[in-house]
Amino acid sequence: MAGLTPSQTVGPYFAMRLPWNDGPFVVPEGTPGAVTITGRLFDGAGDIIPDGLIETWQADPDGRFAHPDDPRGPVPGGYRTFRGFGRCPTAADGSYRLVTLKPGPLPAGDGSIEAPHLDVSVLARGLLDRVVTRIYFPDERTANATDPVLSSITDPGRRATLVAVPEPEGHLRFDIHLQGERETVFFDV
Amino acid sequence: MTTEASRSLVTPSPGELALPSYERPAGVHPPLDFEGYRSTALRHPKQPLVLLPQRLTEVTGPLLGADLITATDSDLTTQYPGEPQGQRIIVTGRVLDSDGRPVPDTLIEIWQTNAAGRYRHWHEHRPAPLDPNFGGLGRCVTDAGGRYRFVTIQPGSYPWGNHHNAWRPAHIHFSLFGRAFTQRLVTQMYFQGDPLLALDPIFNSVPDEKARGRMVANFDIDLTQPEWALGYNWDIVLRGSGATVFE
Repeated sequence: MAGLTPSQTVGPYFAMRLPWNDGPFVVPEGTPGAVTITGRLFDGAGDIIPDGLIETWQADPDGRFAHPDDPRGPVPGGYRTFRGFGRCPTAADGSYRLVTLKPGPLPAGDGSIEAPHLDVSVLARGLLDRVVTRIYFPDERTANATDPVLSSITDPGRRATLVAVPEPEGHLRFDIHLQGERETVFFDV
Repeated sequence: MTTEASRSLVTPSPGELALPSYERPAGVHPPLDFEGYRSTALRHPKQPLVLLPQRLTEVTGPLLGADLITATDSDLTTQYPGEPQGQRIIVTGRVLDSDGRPVPDTLIEIWQTNAAGRYRHWHEHRPAPLDPNFGGLGRCVTDAGGRYRFVTIQPGSYPWGNHHNAWRPAHIHFSLFGRAFTQRLVTQMYFQGDPLLALDPIFNSVPDEKARGRMVANFDIDLTQPEWALGYNWDIVLRGSGATVFE
């Protein structure tokens, strides 16, 4: 077994390379049914983090992945403009914005169903490794209640950090607190 | 939007989901709270991480590839009209998983300073020259054997204010996807023999000496091209199944 290459911080200068013009658009803006997810990234003092990077990965609206390790694969003729992956640097006010399609629920493989969710990586100067969280949807109360990951978090206040908040105009807000009283739940993946 | 009616599509049937699994490394990656690197103080979670079982979202990932790449992306010395200043180097190696399998067709993104230790970034104003012929940005996709190759300029060291007389060792930032969300890796490649390595809190945040050594590229005379460029070899190892391969 070969030893793994360790992680190092993305540093403050990733913005030279990693942001792509279409990175925040998991689907093109204006795609029917598209949902906008915005939020801000905060540190333990409650200050915004203007040099972070948010990346998301998610299933399509059928709960499927165009990937060889999803044994089901996408439904034929599915979502051609859907990339599944989103990437957005945080702005001077700590905010990010993604445009995507809401994913479908997913079989967990043990008979249970995972509620619709996005996996999120947060990278920044001062983070020696990425941290991973999930975005769940506020209009999925029933599915969220039986989701095996959400259910594994017993503290309701902690669990709530993983559910986006509805905003006017149908947008969703998902703030990320790296530390502090409102610290977001992060996962060992 | 998904409706209740479409959910029959995802009803699992027995044996439907035979998913790969990835090892959970212990003692390899740096701790998120590392006193020597000041910026970790307010940016590391204090609550314990919650164990996330590896399911469909974690064992799949973006397969980003050739459509993002242009011909000059892997040669950072030919992206501008003139030749950049500095020592020309070749950085090459393989992307593998910890089972020793190559990771083909995976996107690598790199960024670095120029020869004077200056990033071409709008927030950097320190007194070192920009090079009009060097951007410091590269991309490539690994081949079928997991191989990658960049031609670039030896990056410089730069002061960074973390502590008195703090200088980063020369490094190239690497971003890799692998084939699964679980395998995502952002790291830095260092250079054999750099005296600043022993003093750098970011490099030394990795607790294990052997693991630190895996971030250091080795000079290789066989990769060095006569009259043209020094060669460095660096393999990158992403998480594998963790199972020893017999058979």
